[in-house]
Amino acid sequence: MTMLQLSGYLLYAAFIGYLIATLLFGGAIKKSPVKQQANQWEKLAVSVTVLAFIANIGYFICRWIAVKHAPVSNMFEFTAAFGMFIVGAFLVIYFMYRVPALGIVALPIAILVIGYAAMFDREVSPLVPSLQSHWLTIHVICAAIGESILAISAVAGLVYLLKNVDTTKRSKSSFWLESVMYSVMIVIGFVLASVTFSVIGYESSFDYVDKEGRDAEITYTMPAIWGMNEYVPQQEDTFTPLAETPPVINAKKLTTVTWAILFGTVLYGLIRVIARRRISTMLQPLFKRVNSDLMDEIGYRAVLIGYPIFVLGALVFAMIWAHEAWGRYWGWDPKEVWALITALFYTVFLHLRLSKGWEGEKSAWLAVIGFIIIMFNLVAVNLIIAGLHSYAS
Amino acid sequence: METITCECGHVNPYGTHLCAMCGRPLSDEEKQRKIVDMRYEGSAVRSKTYNVSIVDKIWNFFSSVKVGVTLIVITLVAAAIGTLLPQTFYIPVSEADAAAYYEQVYGEFGKVYYALGLSDLYTTWWFQVIVGLLGISIIIASIDRGIPLHKSLTNQRVKRHKSFMKRQRIIAEGPASPQTLAQAEAQLQKMRYRVRREDGALLAEKNRFSRYGPYINHVGLIIFLAAIMMRVIPGVYVDESMWAREGQITAVPGMDGYYLENKEFILEFHEGQEQTDAMMEQGVNTVAKNFQTDVVLYKQPEGALPGDTSNLEVVQEYSIRVNHPLTESGYSLFQMDYRLNDELKEMTFNLTNKATNESLGAITIDLYNPEPQYVIDDETRIEILGYYPNFTGFEDGEPQTGSRFPTNPAFFFKMFTPETPEGETSFVGIQQTVESTGNNAYKMAFVDAQFTDISGLTIRKDRTIPLLFIGGFIFLVGVAIGSYWQHRRMWIQQQPDGTLLFAAHTNKNWFSLKKDVDAVREHAQLPIYIDQLAEQEQLRDQEGGRGE
Repeated sequence: MTMLQLSGYLLYAAFIGYLIATLLFGGAIKKSPVKQQANQWEKLAVSVTVLAFIANIGYFICRWIAVKHAPVSNMFEFTAAFGMFIVGAFLVIYFMYRVPALGIVALPIAILVIGYAAMFDREVSPLVPSLQSHWLTIHVICAAIGESILAISAVAGLVYLLKNVDTTKRSKSSFWLESVMYSVMIVIGFVLASVTFSVIGYESSFDYVDKEGRDAEITYTMPAIWGMNEYVPQQEDTFTPLAETPPVINAKKLTTVTWAILFGTVLYGLIRVIARRRISTMLQPLFKRVNSDLMDEIGYRAVLIGYPIFVLGALVFAMIWAHEAWGRYWGWDPKEVWALITALFYTVFLHLRLSKGWEGEKSAWLAVIGFIIIMFNLVAVNLIIAGLHSYAS
Repeated sequence: METITCECGHVNPYGTHLCAMCGRPLSDEEKQRKIVDMRYEGSAVRSKTYNVSIVDKIWNFFSSVKVGVTLIVITLVAAAIGTLLPQTFYIPVSEADAAAYYEQVYGEFGKVYYALGLSDLYTTWWFQVIVGLLGISIIIASIDRGIPLHKSLTNQRVKRHKSFMKRQRIIAEGPASPQTLAQAEAQLQKMRYRVRREDGALLAEKNRFSRYGPYINHVGLIIFLAAIMMRVIPGVYVDESMWAREGQITAVPGMDGYYLENKEFILEFHEGQEQTDAMMEQGVNTVAKNFQTDVVLYKQPEGALPGDTSNLEVVQEYSIRVNHPLTESGYSLFQMDYRLNDELKEMTFNLTNKATNESLGAITIDLYNPEPQYVIDDETRIEILGYYPNFTGFEDGEPQTGSRFPTNPAFFFKMFTPETPEGETSFVGIQQTVESTGNNAYKMAFVDAQFTDISGLTIRKDRTIPLLFIGGFIFLVGVAIGSYWQHRRMWIQQQPDGTLLFAAHTNKNWFSLKKDVDAVREHAQLPIYIDQLAEQEQLRDQEGGRGE
């Protein structure tokens, strides 16, 4: 067994461990007639999480040894590391406050993030010269740790909202809370669609003309809903696109997004039809006994802990490295700008909380929006907005 | 200046909410509250007090958190809009063609984006004005809050008025034992609180410095922003780029008196690398491992004339790689770009008999330093009467050159052979030959050309770096102080009726404060405390009627 294979198995073990731990945390916060019993569940849940986290760190170390650089240099590696750090941040906060309800939200988020990571190319690729620097390790890992702690504030925010928003009534809050649940379904839809088509082994190639007017070819791994500019299928009996897109749009990525939405919507529809309730309404009983004040405080605390680390990693270290690699510490590259936007957003969060008294529900929503910005940074900025940092293009 | 004298005798400035000494509520607003507003310790904040003169209005505008937050949000949104399409400095065409590029590649949206100036958003005047306003807001808001807060924190008295104590979030009241204060003092000191006692009252305080965190980080930000603005001062910031041709010595732009020789440009690839999906998508089959330019940096001796390269002194030899710039007296030279086999370096010609196609010998001309004449043997030689590295055409019968770089070299040869001892002239350029007489016996036949690699380097000097570093450092220290430490206080007071009054406050992290209070209670007899905020919440929950 090679180091690389070992790392793969360890990641798989961690993934399964987190799934089991989620269920155990569910048992821990269910209203149990015997308090002792609930405690037992909680202990077991935390133990499984810790073991899975150790396996996860094992993955990270093995892959580091195998690829000979910190495994944070492409979309798969970075996203997987981010998922791992979310669990790490959850454990830190858990041991500070001992609230099992956080686990029910934090672990599924980590599972989704790792699942999402696994959809990307897992091959080992050597580093291009600009990435051959110790700053890759320092800057990226520090930024990812900061982001993962900030993510915990969104976890606390979600728990707060699931407890306090009346999801049975029509209101802005209940609508948006359910929208958050729906977007989680789309992420699951993306994973389902990717797995389904890769099991079938779907592949279809097209010739097209790119935005600079050159001939190019592209291979879809999902049935092409959208066609590239002036596309011509290479095979005869293939699924032909429903519509052609302008040259500036990457129809392959748009197709992937569309399939994710389709799968996610079908999944969401099925759940709604079977349960006859909103997902947020179904989840609500889990959080009935949560202390809102404490959730609010954990959310705030997570931002306080995560913000300086994020600023240090994503802005300060980034500037130092950029100065060393490119001779300017700031170049308005999209990824840089989005790191700044994230920092500015949390700056707003802190100012509103300190001076305008935005606490409780408002603060919880801000924390959730902050996480959406972080995910946008990870997903959209890497895949859509091309720049110096874009791993994918 | 107007003042308010508290019942305790302390003279507070007009606008004070809580007496700085004893904490009695002074404003009507505070008198009506159940829990006092402890922000800025209830001190008189200028912007909340005066709003008459134009100075007041401007001051209040900039010190308003609402305005500050709005400015941050505007900056945030504008910055995001700037990432919708690549900015002009990232597109692969020159500035002149930018408009056409945006329209061609991004259609109508690109055209509008460019027309609105969003394609160069970060250098627009309005974006810079917003950032400037944000800077002003940071300065004014910090002075507005920071100074009164500092005064209040240093003026605090140990004994506080009952009305202040009872309006704290965490309070306790009840019977006490005579040793309580002493026991609490001992325990609090163990927990590294600074304890002060004054006739039957105790004040324990921890990490007061964390209250200064936000002001420290604002100072850091101001220094940082000031450093960025200093770039407009001439000589502070240099940003130039150059193409260094292999084997050539070139003057370094932006660095007077310095010359750079590109000895070799090296490009290495990762070997045995299989093509991954990501690479396939980009249409590449190798991954670059190293971009490197081996250079020698020279300097003119003191007092040399500009452009005089006769007595250059070697300053240093270095291999510039990505992530490893050459640095010299504040300047840094970065590896940024390269072109392989891009420019002509040498050309080889055969002196050929036109009739027999027989060659008398070949000459190789260094296009950067052509010799005046090339001798093949005693009777055979070629003189170069004229050399035009970048031949642009004839003007009044004279060949013209656009630059000294051999992008389109042309020569005016005079060929001497045993057959033609008088010499024949011929003008030879790329794919063209002009003969003055039209019936030469010999010609210079093109054989071969050598190309050279050129390396793109960027020269930067930024004298603001140390200041940026200091600003960034202060900012981080301030953020850390404000985030990782909390100002905690406990007040314990013996009341005339023999009972004990207890109150505790922190600016953040109430969870840990309660743990501290619990720890004190283990060692000192304190009544059970209540969290007034949580009580209010509970009441609201019950009134709301949610739950079973």
